This record gives sequence, structure tokens and C-alpha cells, in this order.
Amino acid sequence: MTDEGNQQQEKRQHLSRLLLLVAGMFGFGFLLGPLYTAICEATGVNGRMKVEASQVQAGVVDTSRTVTVEFVTTVNGSPLWKFSAEQPSIKVHPGQLYTVNFYAKNTQNMDLVAQAVPNIAPGSAAPHLRKTECFCFNQQPFKAGEEKHMPVKFMLDPALPKSIDTVTLSYTFFDATHLAAQSATKPRS
Amino acid sequence: MAHAHHDHADHGHDDHAHGPDKGIMRWIKTTNHKDLGTLYLFFSFTMFFIGGLMSLVIRAELFHPGLQFVDPELFNQMTTMHALVMIFGGVMPGFVGLANWMVPMMIGCSDLALPRVNNWGFWLLPFAFTMLISTLFLPGGAPAGGWTMYPPLVLQTGDAFPLLIFAVHLMGISSITGAINVVVTILNMRAPGMSLLKMPLFVWTWLITAYLLIAVMPVLAGAVTMLLTDKYFHTSFFSAAGGGDPVMFQHIFWFFGHPEVYIMILPAFGIVSTIIPTFARKTLFGYDSMVYATASIAFLSFIVWAHHMFTVGMPLAAELFFMFATMLIAVPTGVKVCNWMATMWRGSMTFETPMLFAIAFVFLFTIGGFSGVMLALTPVDFQYQDTYFVVAHFHYVLVPGAVFSIIAAVYYWIPKWTGRMYSESAGKWHFWLSAIFINLTFFPQHFAGLAGMQRRVPDYAVQFTDMNVLSTVGAFGFFLAQFIFIFNMLGSCYGWFGRQRNLPDRVWEGAKGFEWIVPSPAPYHTFEDQYPLPDAELSVHHDAKH
Repeated sequence: MTDEGNQQQEKRQHLSRLLLLVAGMFGFGFLLGPLYTAICEATGVNGRMKVEASQVQAGVVDTSRTVTVEFVTTVNGSPLWKFSAEQPSIKVHPGQLYTVNFYAKNTQNMDLVAQAVPNIAPGSAAPHLRKTECFCFNQQPFKAGEEKHMPVKFMLDPALPKSIDTVTLSYTFFDATHLAAQSATKPRS
Repeated sequence: MAHAHHDHADHGHDDHAHGPDKGIMRWIKTTNHKDLGTLYLFFSFTMFFIGGLMSLVIRAELFHPGLQFVDPELFNQMTTMHALVMIFGGVMPGFVGLANWMVPMMIGCSDLALPRVNNWGFWLLPFAFTMLISTLFLPGGAPAGGWTMYPPLVLQTGDAFPLLIFAVHLMGISSITGAINVVVTILNMRAPGMSLLKMPLFVWTWLITAYLLIAVMPVLAGAVTMLLTDKYFHTSFFSAAGGGDPVMFQHIFWFFGHPEVYIMILPAFGIVSTIIPTFARKTLFGYDSMVYATASIAFLSFIVWAHHMFTVGMPLAAELFFMFATMLIAVPTGVKVCNWMATMWRGSMTFETPMLFAIAFVFLFTIGGFSGVMLALTPVDFQYQDTYFVVAHFHYVLVPGAVFSIIAAVYYWIPKWTGRMYSESAGKWHFWLSAIFINLTFFPQHFAGLAGMQRRVPDYAVQFTDMNVLSTVGAFGFFLAQFIFIFNMLGSCYGWFGRQRNLPDRVWEGAKGFEWIVPSPAPYHTFEDQYPLPDAELSVHHDAKH
């Protein structure tokens, strides 16, 4: 009897350990998201950038180098906006601040909120792109039919790897109208 | 050895009638591992049938280029549902059924550790799959975004979406309960004297599989829960507009998905490692290395997930890491294949049906392994991604791999389960038709894929026609050949075709293991008392010392 009792207790302990493992792995699934984001932002992998303004000190402008910066614009899903860069590309010197204008027009008969998501290729250029102003930092409200000219101020820092002569900066417009309505009170983290 | 009748007075638990209840309630209320094993197997083969019908819709449509039988929307539903039904309804419950039947008998205990949980785990499945399959009749149809459920596409699924998610949740809970049961049983209830390294290899592979299930099914549950909240509660786990990332879903999904493919093959390794020694009349070559190879494969399965997504735009370092880690899996797998060949080497081999399927497994699974190594190479994968080469690869490891092993296991153990031998000549017909038609189905897909034929598309360019005609003929032939198997097995169950119960305890004279010292058919309760079990049955290994 005591043997059987011991075995029952061992089984029960084993069971609770395994259930704990199940709960832990369920949580780990959710943790993978933040982990992945943290790793990508820390390493610049996946062309991810911190979506926030960076400080730019007046520094040395490397006039010996010219890098082409190309702009790609996309509207996700159905074309609720017209969205384009006012120039398709620009030649820049690392270390100098530039301003490029983007144009967007709400083609719908209702108010919309856009969220632009930036991406950069190649990924190794991501840590070296500094933006002091960008329409992607915030959600952009559009009245029905409204059009906007939106500036992006950026520089490439001189530490940009020598092998890179072309950087592609892409923006995708997402419809964030529902998200904006839902989180009207709290700022986007 | 006759089964002794025991006095149950010294049992701590309530005494229950020896022998099953009558009627339908027997099956609904049963907590007996043999009954539940039978239920799991019947369920599994029902799902194989339904999933097989879906694949026939796919193959009929692909018989010729252009659209002839179904519209593209239904075609996409068929590819999606075929995968979900076969993976979660066919292969996984098939292995759980075999574990139910055989693990307690192989380690010499009376039942699984948690019999009621076992009943509950099984009975979740019919509800899960009724829910999933019912989506075919909903407005908007069944899920059609692929079994991998990538957002944002999957979020466009209509009314079927929440049913898909909850069905996956139920399947996950069922798998987890089954896995916990297996682990607790194996680690706590082995017969005295059976140390870990004396366990039969089927028990070992299932122990490791169960740990994989416990580790990754909750991750899948998390991933699909995030999909659910993204769709209905405006969270942004995978929505770029809200700061999420759709590629993140692929990482989380394949963190589950890669161990999942080993969940579907490790028990098969255990089955083949049981059958080949029996019919080669030698002990398994390299038992210890088999155990360590299984454990290595399980470990590696956690660090290779991104080889499913080489083309999403990962940095070079990650591409290289996942490429090399994936190629590394070929090493322990190669150890296993070599061990199986060494077991057969100079053995006194006979070729009964289970042995034929086991040998076909070794040969055809290895073909799937080779195409897997090709796919592991990042630059090559860029070309092969989402082509029929991938389809050919994973069907080679899943059909002549996992499914052949389940069939082999049923042939091998059904005389023990029912006490009646199956028809050997029908078995041989079944084997040869299956082996020929399965290669006819999937071998041409390698060529179509290398030439650039896309998967998950109902139409294709005319130059792929010949290969697709062969494939379709093979698929229909393979499907029809399985009816030989079904009737052969039902004949053994119900005594059709004049089958008699006249088998010795040790049905195969080369077989070892505790399941062969109980009568055929195995009584409803076995090993109720832990009488000293004969050491000679303790696995199969260390015979060099005999």
C-alpha cells in the first residue's frame, strides 16, 4: 500500500511539473514576440528601426562619399490613399541632414487614419539612418479627400559601412482608423 | 505463457468489472488504454480517409492544366484542410493510438497513469474535427490560407476563422493530455528491472516525442490565440499598422512547426526499430546510439525553425546558422538509417507485410531525407521555396515515412490485439500497390518542382502536364489500394473471411518484449500485478552478453 501511495504521489508531482511546463511554454509563445522585436531592433536585423526621432549632432560631412537613397511607397490592401515620394531618389553625403517630401491624399469619402511603417534595405544600413522628423512617428489623420505634404528629415551617419552605395527606404501606409479610435486616449508605445 | 488470474483484494483502487461494458457507453466512458487505443486508431483512419478524399480533389483538378472541376477558392480550401486533417487528425492520433495500446504493454504496467484524462483527451478530437470540417459548409467556406495560417492572409478567412482557431486549441489540448499521460506513465510505471536504457525503442521515441509535444503545442496555442485577438480585439501582434510584424508569426509558428514534424516521425523510428529486429531475427544494432540519435534530433528540432522561411529576408548570419544547423540533423538521422541497415545485415530475414512496410520506410524516408538536405541549402532553397519539390519532400517523409510506419505497426500488432492473423497475401498486395503508387504520386513532383511548378495553385503551365498526370494516377491508385488494408484489418477485428483465433502468445517467433508474453488476443487488463517479468524480454539489446 505505501508503495502504491508513493507512486501516486510521484505521479502527481510529475503531473504538476509537466502542467507547469505547459503553462510556461504557452507564456513563452507570447514572449517570443517582444524577444524577436528586441533582437531585431538591437541588431538592425530585418530592416527594423526604432520608430522615434533621433538626436543628430552637427558632425563631419563626408563629402568624399555619395550614397543614393531610394524611396519606395506602398499602400497596404485596397488603395485608400494616393501615396508617393515627391522625388524617387536622392544622392546624399553621409553626415549631412536632408529633407524629402512625401505626398498623400485620402481618396475616400470618409475620414481615415494612416500609420506609415518604415523599412530599410539593406538591413545593415538600418542602424545608420537617423531621422529627426518623419510622418511615420505618429498616426496621420486624414479628413475625407484631404491631401498632405509630409517632410522626412534624415541623415546617414558617416559610420555607414563602405560597401553600401544604395539605401532603399520604404514606407507602407496601413489603415489604422480602428486602432486610432480604440486607443484615442493612450499614446502609441 | 498463460495469463494468470490474480486476486485483486490487495489493490488500493476500486475494483472494476473484468471486461468491458456493453454497447456504445463502453466506448464513451472507457478509461481502458486498449479501448482508447482502438478509438484513436479508428478515428485516425477515418481522418486519413477524409483527408485522402480532399487530396483526390486536389489531384483531380491538377490532372490537366486549366480549371476543370473546382474553383480556385475551393481548391485552396482543400489544400488547407487536407494538411490540417492529415497532420492533426490522421498522423498524430494514429501514433497516440499506438502509444495507448503498446506503451503500457511494453513496459509491463496495467494502464496509462491518468486513465480519465486519457478518455477526455480522445473525446476532444471528434468535436474538434467536426467543428473544423463543418466550416466547409459555412458561408465563405473553410479556411483557405494554408495550414500554416500566415497572417495577414488567414485573417481574411470568413466565418470559419474562429472555428479554425478553436479547433486548433482543442487538438492542442488533446495532444498535450496524451503527451503528459505518456511521460508520467513511462517515467513512473515501468516494470521493476526495466531501467531507461532497457526500454523498447518505441517507448523511448514516444517519451521524447511526448516532451516535444508538451514543449511546442502550447506555443502553437499561443500563436493562434494571438491571431484571434488580432482579428477580433484589435491587438497588433502581427499587424504592422499597430507596430506588430507578420513575419513574427512565421517565427512563432515554425518554432512549433519544426518540432512538430519530428513529432510525426520519431514514433515511426521507434516502430521501425521494433519491426526490423523481429524479422531479421537479430537484436537492434546500436541500441544506445539510437536513443542518443533520437534525443539529438529532438534537441536540434528547436534550433532550425527558420529554414522554413529562408526567403523572408533574414540577415546572412541567420541564414547560415539555420542552414548548418539543419544539415546537422542529417547526422543523427544517418546514424539511425545505418543502424537499421546493420540490423538487417546478415540477418535471417523474412518478408512478412510489416517487414515490407518497414524496409520501404527505410528506403523511401531516406529519399525524403536527401531532398531535405537539398532544401536545407539556403541558396538552393531560394529556388525551391513553395514549389512542388517541397511538396514531394515532405510527402516522402510523411507518407512512406510516418503513414507507412503506422500501417506497419498495425500489421505487426493486430494479431496481438485481435488474436486473429491478417491475410498475408492481401497484405502483400496492399504493400506492393502502395509502394508503387506512392512513388508514382510523389516522385514526379520532384521534377515538376525543380522545373518551377508552384504549390497551392490550381492551374499550371502546360509543360508540367505529364508529371501531373502521373501524380494524379498514382494518388487515385494509392487511395484505392488502402481499401485492401481496411478490409484486411476489419477482417482481423471481426473474424471475417473465416479468420480464427488460433495464435500463440508470441505471434512472431523473432519478437521480444512484454507484449508477447500475454495471450493473443491481449486480455482487457494486462499486467495488473507486477509479477517478476522475464529478463529475456528486456529489450532486445545487449544480446552480445547472452
